[in-house]
Amino acid sequence: MGPFIEVVLGGLLAGVLYSLVALGFVLIFKASGVFNFAQGAMVLFAALSLVRLMGDDVGMGHYVGAAAATGLAAGFLVLMGWRRARPQTPMPAQARWTVLIALAALGSALAALHGAKGWSGWVAVPAAAAIMGFLAVAIERLVLRPLVNQEPIILFMSTIGIAFFIDGFAQTIWGSEIYTLDLGIPKDPMFLLESAFEGGILVNQLDIFAAVMAGVLVVVLAVFFQKTRIGRALRAVADDHQAAQSVGIPLNQIWIIVWTVAGFVALAAGIVWGSKLGVQFSIAQVALKALPVLILGGLTSVPGAIIGGLMIGTGEKLAEVYLSPFIGGGIENWFAYVLALFVLLFRPQGLFGERIIERI
Amino acid sequence: MERTRPIGDVLLQVDDISLSFGGVQALSGVSFDIRRHEIRAIIGPNGAGKSSMLNVINGFYHPQQGRITFKGQTRRRMRPHETSSQGIARTFQNIALFRGMSTLDNIMTGRLLKMHRNFLWQALWWGPAEREEIEHREHVERIIDFLEIQSIRKVPVGQLPYGLQKRVELGRALAAEPELLLLDEPMAGMNVEEKEDMCRFILDVNDEFGTTIALIEHDMGVVMDLSDRVVVLDYGRKIADGSPDAVRGDQKVIDAYLGVSH
Repeated sequence: MGPFIEVVLGGLLAGVLYSLVALGFVLIFKASGVFNFAQGAMVLFAALSLVRLMGDDVGMGHYVGAAAATGLAAGFLVLMGWRRARPQTPMPAQARWTVLIALAALGSALAALHGAKGWSGWVAVPAAAAIMGFLAVAIERLVLRPLVNQEPIILFMSTIGIAFFIDGFAQTIWGSEIYTLDLGIPKDPMFLLESAFEGGILVNQLDIFAAVMAGVLVVVLAVFFQKTRIGRALRAVADDHQAAQSVGIPLNQIWIIVWTVAGFVALAAGIVWGSKLGVQFSIAQVALKALPVLILGGLTSVPGAIIGGLMIGTGEKLAEVYLSPFIGGGIENWFAYVLALFVLLFRPQGLFGERIIERI
Repeated sequence: MERTRPIGDVLLQVDDISLSFGGVQALSGVSFDIRRHEIRAIIGPNGAGKSSMLNVINGFYHPQQGRITFKGQTRRRMRPHETSSQGIARTFQNIALFRGMSTLDNIMTGRLLKMHRNFLWQALWWGPAEREEIEHREHVERIIDFLEIQSIRKVPVGQLPYGLQKRVELGRALAAEPELLLLDEPMAGMNVEEKEDMCRFILDVNDEFGTTIALIEHDMGVVMDLSDRVVVLDYGRKIADGSPDAVRGDQKVIDAYLGVSH
């Protein structure tokens, strides 16, 4: 019994990692009807930004740039808060620029003073998040805005382009070696339930950390989508751009919000994968493992992404351990895709996806 | 029919609007006004620029030339979400509903601009945010009653027949409590009974809520019955403007519809 539970638990925890990547896909798909091929590249970009800012061997320009981005992002938040608090008295445009430039300059100055000593995680994580925010703004401006009202397939193709660009861009500015990410998350293996089984169950603490983080993310995102006005606006945008605009939903802002949130999820996935495997180009390929998860869970369901990930993680570990004596090893590598094929045959919308019936 | 609200001052004024797509001139030098509480029809043969005109008013298209004055505020370009926060709502020729959502949710999206609570409150679903949601829900239920679509409240609109979809779309536009309602062919593809229902709704909206309405319609019987004034476009130019009777007798309008050799 003990080994079986250990395999299942190991599979569940591995599945959590797949779920984290799949979540990013689901978010963007729900909110814009676009299958975002660039999610894997965004994980790479987020993780690289984080790990390089924490290290001490990139040029001063990198720190200053990152600090300026963080300052600007903070400035935007302040201004948004201001506008919410006092919708009647808009700030003069001049003052707005002053605030933004001041905060950006302050950030850069602090970065310069601090020198190239490498940042602590407390600074580097928000900075990486700010960078992902700016990436979202750039994608909206340069790619999505000119493509309003186009077919989803065209937006999908454009995300393939974005993926290649980010892959190259990230490695050009941050470097392309393998970097170790150490945020101080405990990594040591430990034994659970030693009293119940002989020898207990061996798990990695990092995996447990990832599971907790995924759980928190899912709860936050589910509430965000189901309960808030923005959530309803997001679903509206996914359905019909024109109609959404006509009821007063600002399409551009919604896209920036969605891509920023997807960027944050990419950062979360990057932290976990990076801590586990080291930050390197191959984590962009992790996105491929997210595809069967999405097919299983359904492209439109946040809980589906999680449950799909868990099922695939467990399934492949169990298959590896219990089927390999009969059909040979290496099952882990293909199991997920074969499972996805079967799901497509019997339930094309996935286990939890919305089934859309339309009159023609 | 007796009106409870008399036609008032000018609500929307369009001046000398020209719009072209590359080499195609969709509108050239069109000017007219819409008065408060009136029903204004825009008619013309296919390709006359009627829908383009609505898209200009609503902010989807930005004219190369001309001015739009709404409630005394003049603008050159404005984006759709800005015009809708100023009080312009619309429906579409080829229905643009959120097909995956229920009737109720579709109409609720029309209230988005009226919801102000911070999303943190909404996420907690407690206190002021809850009261706000209930308040908006009540308004939406009144619209559902008004349009007699109680029975399809929870049905995803993708599954509804065409006529009902048009009605839901009208409901979504009404939910925003617009001052100016733009209807792009509200009766296209409907049978006689559905058309009669729709006419009644349009008249009731105009009379009970005092909403000003601009509509594009091909059914001349409907246009003549409903509208206070009619503007006629042909090849992107205004060729006539006036009461239904005056327009009906206008030689240029007759030529445009029947086609004459120039």
